[in-house]
Amino acid sequence: MAATTAGPSSGGARPAGHDTVRALLRTVDTKRRRRDRTMTVLMYVAFGVAVLPLVSLLWTVVSRGIGRFDVAFLTHSMRGVFGGMDAGGVYHAILGTVIVTLGAAIISVPIGVLAAIYLVEYGPGHRLARAVTFFVDVMTGIPSIVAGLFAYALFVLFFGPGVHFGLMGSVALSVLMVPVVVRSTEEMLKLVPNELREAAYALGVPKWLTIVKVVLRTAVAGITTGIMLAVSRVVGETAPLLLTVGVADSINGNPFEGRMMTLPVYVYRQFSSGLVPCNNPNVACIPTINYDRAWSAALTLILIVMLLNLVARLVSRIFAPKLRG
Amino acid sequence: MAQRIDVKDLNIYYGDFLAVEGVGMAIEPRTVTAFIGPSGCGKSTFLRTLNRMHEVIPGATVQGTVEMEGVDLYGADVDPVAVRRQIGMVFQRPNPFPTMSIAENVLAGVRLVNKKISKSDAQDLVERSLTGANLWNEVKDRLDKPGSGLSGGQQQRLCIARAIAVKPQVLLMDEPCSALDPISTLAIEDLISELKQDYTIVIVTHNMQQAARVSDRTAFFNIAGTGKPGKLIEIDETATMFSAPKEQATEDYISGRFG
Repeated sequence: MAATTAGPSSGGARPAGHDTVRALLRTVDTKRRRRDRTMTVLMYVAFGVAVLPLVSLLWTVVSRGIGRFDVAFLTHSMRGVFGGMDAGGVYHAILGTVIVTLGAAIISVPIGVLAAIYLVEYGPGHRLARAVTFFVDVMTGIPSIVAGLFAYALFVLFFGPGVHFGLMGSVALSVLMVPVVVRSTEEMLKLVPNELREAAYALGVPKWLTIVKVVLRTAVAGITTGIMLAVSRVVGETAPLLLTVGVADSINGNPFEGRMMTLPVYVYRQFSSGLVPCNNPNVACIPTINYDRAWSAALTLILIVMLLNLVARLVSRIFAPKLRG
Repeated sequence: MAQRIDVKDLNIYYGDFLAVEGVGMAIEPRTVTAFIGPSGCGKSTFLRTLNRMHEVIPGATVQGTVEMEGVDLYGADVDPVAVRRQIGMVFQRPNPFPTMSIAENVLAGVRLVNKKISKSDAQDLVERSLTGANLWNEVKDRLDKPGSGLSGGQQQRLCIARAIAVKPQVLLMDEPCSALDPISTLAIEDLISELKQDYTIVIVTHNMQQAARVSDRTAFFNIAGTGKPGKLIEIDETATMFSAPKEQATEDYISGRFG
């Protein structure tokens, strides 16, 4: 050790003999090596622990849901289905989920993206921007049931108590979605290098066109991914939809009137119906039909979310800035 | 085509901080004017005030006048967007738009402002601008490939092509070669000598040999110390500046006896 501390002050002499250097190079730090091993093992274990529930969940849903998952299940509603009948499907719930979620996206994407543009491009230094950031943070923590209650209370003001229709669900979900969209879009806009904005300004491009055609265009892949993730996040919400959109057995494609079924609520309803008592041996009856439908609907929901993620990846691949020729 | 710029008593601020004080100079048409000086002396800041890019930074303001053809660029009736159309800029680091192809990058100044341009005019403009930037022969076979796939020097020439495609009167260059290798630097310097036939060029550089090689006139900026404002020490013919400067500070800086 003395050799290393001596350094250049030792009058230009070689700090250590050749043999010492060779010995130092061959030193094996067993302690560090052991620690490295331990940590590596620990990380693999942590990874396994994290992945195990996910794999188990997927396996459970697929194995239990695949039984009833067929074309008939996907194309029929629950209208006129009762008891242990070997019938009924999830079509009305898929339709409801798609409409309500699409509505939520239509409401929250413009609000979220525009708010993020304000925060990044116009806001810095303004008090309003700090207030918006604060409230967006607060909104991120709103429990979904509270969002549902809020939407319900809002619509009761205009339509009276006991009102239920699809748009209410969209509003409830957009309360949950807006902060997620704002946050992710904000991060993506911040990633756009300032040089590109300046390059556009220097060409005599007005600020708004710079934002639309350069900043948004450069960030569109990331923004789309963020929006898709926000959609996947709210598509499985149950509580606010139960409060606002309600429950239905028939197909309703009109988001402005009448209750609608949605997939998460469908799963909840089927599962809570429980076992069917099959007393009449002359009638075809499956005691576990409700559970089977619940699992198949859960599988449908997972597939929809996976599809959304796939679309997001595709979109981001298409729009991502190309670096190589 | 190229116009004279007159700067009078210009003070440049970042918020309350006076960054550059009392600059007055005339930038002659169809010449290359080089700004030299130590880091932080305000040459780039001053350059950015010439096309109102300075005010893009929040809190940045100026006092004084910058006149082109008798019009004060900071007058109440002058649109900064219009100023930047007349006075183009090339930055220190090449910054082609990553989402656009080479041809689209050249056309950016036209397309981004929603101006209609016919296909043949567009092709014409791309070829003319790229030829003007000495890049045409290198990229003519891959105009539809991404601009960010080019080498650093090619990207910088692409940025110059993009800047001259909007047909400005003046071209400002903020250390355009500092991120480039010597060969690319030479290509850009040759280009600058050609461009001054048509444009007024102002170039900021840390490389004094470069200033001596490419410029007709040189301005020396200096700063008294950290926190003090930068000042224009003197401006003169480049040959005079490098052989017999009037100020001692200029001579010290040029001969390397600085600090």
